[in-house]
Amino acid sequence: MVSIQNLHKQFNKNVVLSGIDLNISEGGIFAVLGPNGSGKTTLIKSILGMVIPNKGEILVLGKTIKNNSTYRNKIDYLPQIANFPSNLKVKELIKMIKDLRGNTTEDERLITLFKLEPFLNKKLGNLSGGTKQKVNLVLTFMFNSPLIILDEPTTGLDPISLIRLKDLIQTEKAKGKTILITSHIMSFVEEVSDEIVFILEGKIYFKGSIDALKTKTNQPDFEHAIASILTDNHA
Amino acid sequence: MLKILKYSFYDLMRSRWSYVYLAFYLMLGIVLLFLNNDLSKAVITLMNVIIVLVPLIGTIFGVMYYYNSKEFTELLLAQPLKRSSIFMGQYLGVALSLSMSLVLGLGIPFIFYGIFKSNAIWDFSLLLITGTFLTFIFTALAFNIALSNENRIKGFGYAILLWLFLAVIYDGLFLMSLLVFEDYPLDQFSLFASMLNPIDLSRTLILLKLDISALLGYTGAVFKQFFGTNFGLIISFLALSLWVILPVFRIVRKSKKKDF
Repeated sequence: MVSIQNLHKQFNKNVVLSGIDLNISEGGIFAVLGPNGSGKTTLIKSILGMVIPNKGEILVLGKTIKNNSTYRNKIDYLPQIANFPSNLKVKELIKMIKDLRGNTTEDERLITLFKLEPFLNKKLGNLSGGTKQKVNLVLTFMFNSPLIILDEPTTGLDPISLIRLKDLIQTEKAKGKTILITSHIMSFVEEVSDEIVFILEGKIYFKGSIDALKTKTNQPDFEHAIASILTDNHA
Repeated sequence: MLKILKYSFYDLMRSRWSYVYLAFYLMLGIVLLFLNNDLSKAVITLMNVIIVLVPLIGTIFGVMYYYNSKEFTELLLAQPLKRSSIFMGQYLGVALSLSMSLVLGLGIPFIFYGIFKSNAIWDFSLLLITGTFLTFIFTALAFNIALSNENRIKGFGYAILLWLFLAVIYDGLFLMSLLVFEDYPLDQFSLFASMLNPIDLSRTLILLKLDISALLGYTGAVFKQFFGTNFGLIISFLALSLWVILPVFRIVRKSKKKDF
């Protein structure tokens, strides 16, 4: 699905990614983890072509992403901070994205699912953070793409919406899609993900199942396993 | 690209500033025409306003639009769209809506005044064409500045400086150089120097069209000889086009390498 070879990226003098090699196979949920500033978002943005790497190659569905934009048709992306043009209404934004990407009828189902009907005629600038995130989720899930990338999907969501999001992720997984998630909520990661990729100081520190990580770090539960990596490497 | 252009254009059409800008030109046109009653004088006054104001508005609007639509741009970048079409669409959206305000705002009062029956129509058209050129040039320069500067305060600062340099300081330097080197033949030099600044170029073009070049003395005669002919006119428009094409080219190139 996604194959990354020797990826390097630095912003001015700040080295963020230094030689990432990663293969993400088709189907399943992958969690990209790491401390703040470890380069998770940079990695995701490189896959999306928003960040141009200094070195290395990224293949999505077997094709290089360099000088290519059509491959993004196969990716649904949920950005970390829901920043939308504030003078646009929710309805108009959904219509616009549909106009740009092709039609879909999924949006109505998702709007009902997240109870967004009362907000459709409101401007995006006037919405609360959680509601914006729901709009963000609708925009992401309304297209039926084989690769879904979620950057901190749980930010600002209330408990009911969180349950709905988890259900949504599971149904998408059942369709055989590949889902890439970053999150700092360890319980959420433990619940949904099949495999985790741990990034530390711009390199892949660990890739494998949660059980494998527990045995590697000798910790009984997932949260402590992650914490032990961080303390061992920062002590 | 056309879809982005459409959305940027709509977005600007809905903003209050486009109307303020349009209303300003409407007022200016009406006041100058109906209180002055002399068409060529009105055109000269308009020229003086346009030459300074159009670049300023183009620069400010361009920079402002770029920074304000950052979120929109980021949203678009994750869609299956080419970077060049995203930025070109936005640039053309801004430049076209500004040009439209200018052409409509000045055009409507002049049509009511009866421009089609008057022989000033060519002077007036030239005024609108150079105004449109200046809008396209300075919006493109503004986009260049905004693309290169992540910090909006810096971006705004450079944009204002650029305008100040081309609209005011350049003329000052130009005049000073004429004074310092007055013992030398300067007609070639001044011809060349005014080509290098789109504002000066537009001004010279209009002034010579208005046939008041006699006021400019010997250099004016040289200018008239050059700009007055079709050859000069073509060269001037080529220079103005180059002033559009080069910055636009850089927008495309710069946007391809930028991280978001």
